[in-house]
Amino acid sequence: MPASLESTSARATSRTEGTLLDVALEGPWRLDGETPRWTELVSGARPASVRISADRVSHWDTSLVAFLGEAQRWCTDSGVPCDTSRLPQKMRVLSRQFESALRTCGHDDHSQSLVVEVGLSTRYFGRQMRKFLGFVGECWIDTVRLVTGKAGLRWPDCLAEMQRCGAMALPIVSLISFLVGVTLAYSGSIVLKRFGGEIWVADLIGVAMTREMGALMAAVVLSGRTGAAFAAEIGSMKANEEIDALSTLGISPIRFLVMPRVLALGLMMPLLAMYANCLGILGGMAVSYLTLDIPPAAYWVEMLTIVTVQDVAVGLIKAVVFGIIVGITGCLRGLEAERNASGVGNAATSAVVTAILLIIVADAIFAILFNAIGL
Amino acid sequence: MIHDATPAIEVKGLECHFDDRAVLEDVSFRVSPGEIFFIIGGSGCGKTTLLRNMVGLIRPGKGEVRFNGRPFTDADTANRRSMLKTFGMLFQSGALWTSLTLSQNVALPLEEYTKLPADEIRNIATFKLAQVGLTGFEEHYPSELSGGMRKRAGLARALALDPSIVFFDEPSAGLDPVTARQMDDLIVQIRDTFGTTIVIVSHDVESIFGIADRVIMLDREKHGIIAEGKPAELVAPGGDPRVLEFLTRRPARAV
Repeated sequence: MPASLESTSARATSRTEGTLLDVALEGPWRLDGETPRWTELVSGARPASVRISADRVSHWDTSLVAFLGEAQRWCTDSGVPCDTSRLPQKMRVLSRQFESALRTCGHDDHSQSLVVEVGLSTRYFGRQMRKFLGFVGECWIDTVRLVTGKAGLRWPDCLAEMQRCGAMALPIVSLISFLVGVTLAYSGSIVLKRFGGEIWVADLIGVAMTREMGALMAAVVLSGRTGAAFAAEIGSMKANEEIDALSTLGISPIRFLVMPRVLALGLMMPLLAMYANCLGILGGMAVSYLTLDIPPAAYWVEMLTIVTVQDVAVGLIKAVVFGIIVGITGCLRGLEAERNASGVGNAATSAVVTAILLIIVADAIFAILFNAIGL
Repeated sequence: MIHDATPAIEVKGLECHFDDRAVLEDVSFRVSPGEIFFIIGGSGCGKTTLLRNMVGLIRPGKGEVRFNGRPFTDADTANRRSMLKTFGMLFQSGALWTSLTLSQNVALPLEEYTKLPADEIRNIATFKLAQVGLTGFEEHYPSELSGGMRKRAGLARALALDPSIVFFDEPSAGLDPVTARQMDDLIVQIRDTFGTTIVIVSHDVESIFGIADRVIMLDREKHGIIAEGKPAELVAPGGDPRVLEFLTRRPARAV
C-alpha cells in the first residue's frame, strides 16, 4: 500500500532500556517534508549509549543523513558510544561523511572591531585615491601622445560615442532644461514681484542658466545617462575578459576605450550645455509671457543688458570640465569593476555617484576661481 | 522501484527550430532510472539545445518530454514546479550566483523548496559541498575559485534537493585530465548512492568509455540521432563511419 505509507510522515521514536537509548526511525524521510531533529529527540536525556535502527524507513534522502550525522556528532561530543551496526551500509557511510563535513567546515566570523574597520576603510580610501590619480595620469599621458601625434585615436568609435552621448541625449536635455527655466521663472517672480520688478526675471534666468544651470543640468543628465552606461559597458567587457584580450595584444585599454569616450563627452558637453541654456531661457520666456505679461521681445532685450559673452564662456568652460569628469569616472569605475554580475551594477551606481560628487566639487572650485579673476 | 517499466525520461518526436533553421527533427529516446546516459556529437549538432529542451529552458516546436511518465512539456505551472524540483542541472561553467557564497548557493534551493530550519540547511549545504570535495570553502565566493572548483560547487547546488535526475552540460569541458576523471568518479558515486538518473551532454571520449551506460549520437546534417547503444557496441566493426570517426578520433577510412 504505497499510498498509505506516503501519507505518514518521518518519525523517530526513542525507547530507554536501562542506560541504552534505542532510537527507531520510520516512514518516508524527505527534504521537503517534516522530519524530526536529533537535538529535540535527545533533549535533556543523558543515555550511556545509543543505538539507532532504520528498519522501517520507506524512503530516505539527505534529511535522514542530516539526522544521523547530527546524532553521531552529538554522541562523539558527549562521549556516548553510538551503535549504528543495524543501519544499511550506505546510510552509515553518508552519515559519517556528514559528521566529518560539519567538523572541518570553514564557517567563521568575519566581523571586525571598530578600530580595524576604520583602519581598513582608510586604507581602502587611500588606495582608491591613488588608483583614481593614476588613472587620470594615464589618461593625461595618452592625451599628450595623441596631441603630439605619437598615437592615433579611433575616430569612428569617437564619432559613434558622440552620437550616443550627444545627439541622442537631446530630448531628455530639452525637457529638463526647459523645466528648469520654468521653475526658476516661477520662484524668481515670487521675490521680484514684491519690488514690482518682474522684468528682472529675464536677468535672473539669463545669468543663472548661462553661468550655472545649463552646464550643471547637462552634466547631471549625462552622468546618469552616459556615465553609467560607460561603466556598465566596460565593466561587462572586463567580466568577459575583453579588456584582458586588448592588453595581451599590447593595446592600451585607455587609448582604445577611454580616450574616444572622454573626448566625445568633452566635445559634446559644451554643445549640450549651450542647447540647455537656450531651452532654459525659452522656458523662462514662456512663463514670463503667460503669467507675468512680459512680451518675449522685452524679455530678450532685458536679458541682453546683463548676460555677456563672458557669462556664456564661463558656462561652456565648466561644461567641458564636467564632460571630462563624467567620462573619466564612468570609464574608471568600469575598468575597476569586479568580474561578476553585481560588480557591473555597483560600477554603474558608483560611476553616477562619483561623477555628481566631483561635478559639484568642481563647480564650487570654479565659483571661487572665477570670482577671484573677476569673470 | 514499483514501476520498473516506466522510463525516467522519455522524449517523443521532439523538434526544435531557431527561426527557420531546423536544429532537431523527430528526436525520440528513453532513459531508464539509474542510468548514466550520454548525448554526444560534434560541435553545433544540437546537443546543448536538446538538453535545454529537456529541462524546459526552450519550448520544443513539436513533440513532448515526460519524466517518470508525467508529461512535462505541457504541464501547468504547479506541476512544472514540482517536476523541476526533482531534477538538478550542472551548467557548463557552473552558473553559480556570484553575489552569494558557496554555502548560500547550495542553500538557496533548500530555502525555496523545504521548511527546514536555517542551521540544518547550513549543515546540509556543508555536507553537499563536502561530497564534491569542497570542505573549507563554504564561505568563499565563486570568483575566488578555479574553474574546476566552480563546477564542483555547481554540482553540489544541483544535488541540493536530492534530485532523481541530474543533467550535466559538458562536465569535463575546461578541466584538466585528473580533475575530469574525479568528476567522472563523482558522477558514478552519485548514481550508486542515490540511484540518480544521469544525463550528460559531452564530447569527452574518455568519459564516454569510462562511465556511460548508453549513448545517443546526434548529427548536424541529420538533425537527429544517428546511433544509439552502449559505447562498446558503437565502435564495433561495421558501425556507422561517422560514429567511429567521432569515438576513435580517426578518419573513418583508417578504421
